[in-house]
Amino acid sequence: MDAIILQVLNGLEKGGAYALIALGLTLIFGTLGVVNFAHGALFMLGAFCAVIMRSLLTYEVATGEVEATAWGTEVAVTTPYVTNLFGDFGNTLIDWAVPVSILLTIPVMLIVGLVMERGLIRHFYKRPHAEQILVTFGLAIVLAELIKAQFGANPIPVPEPAALGGMADFSGIFGSEPGTITYPMWRFVYFLFSAFIILVVFCFLKFTTFGMVVRAGMEDRETVGLLGINIGKRFTFMFAVSAMIAGLAGAMYTPIISPDYNIGMEFLVLSFVVVVVGGMGSLGGAVSAGFLLGLLQSFSAMNEVKAIIPGIDQIIIYLVAIIVLLVRPRGLMGRKGVMET
Amino acid sequence: MKILTHPTSSVDSTMMFIFVAAVLTMPIWLTPIGAAYPDLMQRFVIFGLFATGFNILFGLTGYLSFGHAAFLGIGSYTAVWSFKLLGMNPIPAAIFAVVVSGVFALIIGYVSLRRSGIYFSILTLAFAQMCYAIAYSDLIGKFLGINLTNGETGLRVLADDPRIMDGVLTSGIDTSALTVNLFGLDLTHTWVWNGFQFNAGFYFCAFVLIIASYIAMRIFRSPFGLMLKAVKTNQNRLNYTGVNTKPYTLAAFVISGMYAGLAGALLCITDPLAGAERMQWTASGEVVLMVILGGMGTLMGPMLGAGIIKFSEQKFSTWGKPELHEFLAFIPDGIRDTVVSVASLFVGSGWHLTLGLVFMLIVIFLPGGIVEGGRRILMIVTGSNRRNRQIQAAAQAAE
Amino acid sequence: MAILQVRNVNKRFGGLQALNDVNLSVEQGTIHAIIGPNGAGKSTLLNCFVGRLTPDTGSVMFNGKSLLEITPHEINQAGVSRVFQTPEIFTDLTILENVMIPTFAHRDGSFKVNWWPRVDKEAQTRDHAMSVLDEIGLVDKKDVVASALSRGDKRRLEMAMCLAQDPKLLLLDEPTAGMSRADTNATIDLLKRIGKSRGITKVIIEHDMHVVFSLADKIAVLAQGAVIAEDLPENIKTDPRVKEAYLGEEAVA
Repeated sequence: MDAIILQVLNGLEKGGAYALIALGLTLIFGTLGVVNFAHGALFMLGAFCAVIMRSLLTYEVATGEVEATAWGTEVAVTTPYVTNLFGDFGNTLIDWAVPVSILLTIPVMLIVGLVMERGLIRHFYKRPHAEQILVTFGLAIVLAELIKAQFGANPIPVPEPAALGGMADFSGIFGSEPGTITYPMWRFVYFLFSAFIILVVFCFLKFTTFGMVVRAGMEDRETVGLLGINIGKRFTFMFAVSAMIAGLAGAMYTPIISPDYNIGMEFLVLSFVVVVVGGMGSLGGAVSAGFLLGLLQSFSAMNEVKAIIPGIDQIIIYLVAIIVLLVRPRGLMGRKGVMET
Repeated sequence: MKILTHPTSSVDSTMMFIFVAAVLTMPIWLTPIGAAYPDLMQRFVIFGLFATGFNILFGLTGYLSFGHAAFLGIGSYTAVWSFKLLGMNPIPAAIFAVVVSGVFALIIGYVSLRRSGIYFSILTLAFAQMCYAIAYSDLIGKFLGINLTNGETGLRVLADDPRIMDGVLTSGIDTSALTVNLFGLDLTHTWVWNGFQFNAGFYFCAFVLIIASYIAMRIFRSPFGLMLKAVKTNQNRLNYTGVNTKPYTLAAFVISGMYAGLAGALLCITDPLAGAERMQWTASGEVVLMVILGGMGTLMGPMLGAGIIKFSEQKFSTWGKPELHEFLAFIPDGIRDTVVSVASLFVGSGWHLTLGLVFMLIVIFLPGGIVEGGRRILMIVTGSNRRNRQIQAAAQAAE
Repeated sequence: MAILQVRNVNKRFGGLQALNDVNLSVEQGTIHAIIGPNGAGKSTLLNCFVGRLTPDTGSVMFNGKSLLEITPHEINQAGVSRVFQTPEIFTDLTILENVMIPTFAHRDGSFKVNWWPRVDKEAQTRDHAMSVLDEIGLVDKKDVVASALSRGDKRRLEMAMCLAQDPKLLLLDEPTAGMSRADTNATIDLLKRIGKSRGITKVIIEHDMHVVFSLADKIAVLAQGAVIAEDLPENIKTDPRVKEAYLGEEAVA
């Protein structure tokens, strides 16, 4: 029982990341009709926003003092400038670099999304899906390589805030022996964060006029265009928002997996599978399939399951995707005729 | 008005003759540009073969598979198993690789082709990733209790493997070196003449490529090829014209899978080792790059694309600032440093950046690839309407 | 003898009864027109003949064989060709190739890996395609890429593609929609001429009364999914029910 609860918790955090990326992908499919293979790269850029934030905060300046090392040579003592400026509050800032980086991620990713849509994606609305896939695939390579040129090829560790680090003990909640269900605190935070973002996006689409127009546009783009509503501008904004969601998902994920330039590609492949399983063009489908596949993946990683079918955890997602697509060709919640040519 | 005349069989024969001559003399004409290493030339030929096969699916029918590297890997594993069990002869290895990858392509294609468009791409991607995971962790091997793919180390030929045909086919020859040999002829052997290197393995691969290209040309010009082009243009109309499009696309998928498997087997000639990384989706992406860069749906384009990518990879990925300084020596000293430091972003480990950028530019501005570009330049240079028809015929002969 | 026999066909889309107990009988070698106001269910009916839609109930028999359980390509192989309202052609290929493809399909059946012979050496197929192009008047444009054709030429090309198969039954969905008067007259002549010697049966959906009355041997009138009259043109002209349902509004215009 405890093991199952633990796997559910494990699946939630992974599912949260899948759901966030898939949500953005679906928004872009649904509104712009574009297959964005660069969406994983946006996740990666978000992760590097956190890296940049941390290196900005930990930038060190010389204090003017000199200190002898163990070998007797003298080196200048340096401290992070935020500590100099704000003292203890500065140290707290450094500790909380990942959550603080959200402040950087939001504007950066909005701008990146805006530029991408205006500069590139816009010119591919009318071109075949194969060309959309190809050009965004090329863009994904370029973005990844730019990051590699700047930050190198090695993963860069970014720690979570000390207060949210370590293990949380959930045993009490489920009435188990203390210490039986422990789970990294930050992963739980990540799940809450992703659930929060998903909620915000759904509320936005449900309760604002803007969201209503977007949803109507996802149903029938031409008709909404005929109503005299400037769909183009709103869709540009939706692209930027989707980029921001992917970026936030990436920034907050850094304490869980140290980001490198390739992290986007790994998530992209899985997220596409999630979108297809959920049903292309269905937001609810994307989110539920994200969590569903996250849970399936963590359950199949249980030793009890692996004892029966070795290695099932590595192929389960693909296996499920293939079965779903064959049994329910439009995915779990897909609509007719989306992206079928 | 856009007019299209197709090359006649005599134009095709001439082109084929030029192609064969060009491939066979590669060790000579590639020497001045420093690309005549046997190893590199083999790569040109093998990836040219891979891209040619991929083009039969993608270029003719328009179905974009993101999982063809799986067949490349399956071909390699099959070839190494053939080496281990039957002996170090490349011919049974190639035959088995084609058969086994064909069977896999039939299964994967049958399932994937039930969907089209983006769904098809994702399905093939999912299958390839699954094959990769299975090979990387040797899941089937673990299930059966044998070392089928040997996991992350990769599968190689060992001294105590049975190799039952080695004794028969190459009696009296020492095969303990475990290099691939064609009835006793060591395929790693290189003859040197006037400084040019003629490698046995390269010529084996070149021979296979020539046959495979000829078959591809026949397919392109045949009624079967015409049907595949019709699938790409309007599948709906084709259905209402009494054609069952499913078996046509499946046939194209299986043929391209077989080409990939054959290429995978040839990769094992110089180094009889099969690893899972060959099946990763980045490898599937690479063959897409090759076909797009050269020109999808053209006969020579994929080969050109493969050659350019493999050549640039070899050249640019080894370049650093010193090479750039030498290369850009004509620029005045003051500016050169800046130019070099900017340019150095795009070479060495940054060469993938160049590849990505070039690829994007091609997709945006020249979806027909290099072949299309060449055709346009030819049109501009000659520019006369009277000769247009001839020029087009010549340009299409290059397809 | 009736080559196409439609019995009690019903089709419902949600709350809309698109086809209501349709009965129709098309005689071998005749031109049969189906007319009716917009939304009467004409295209729905045609879609039921070629396998694009399956009726909820009823039967569609062609030459004594049901068309309902088989796929579009099998229907075509049985001898039914269709010209669509918006031309469905192979836009990337040349006119000649466009016509050779149906010729191959007619000769080789629904699937054949015919990969060795060259298309340009297939003299018989090409000659056949050329003769059809000659009949339809597109022979000088044989090497033109189909996407470059005018709308009218695209329609004629699609007709040529269907004729190249020697169909027993040719279905035409508004063959003159959006055409000028001169083009319309040319199309009427064409439709009268083509396939007459071969005895091709034609079913035409049409809005234009001029076209219908110059071509049809028999007319069926569809209104709100039901056949309200099926008779000779001169009787249809005077039928009060038809006037009320259809001609009443448009004959004046």
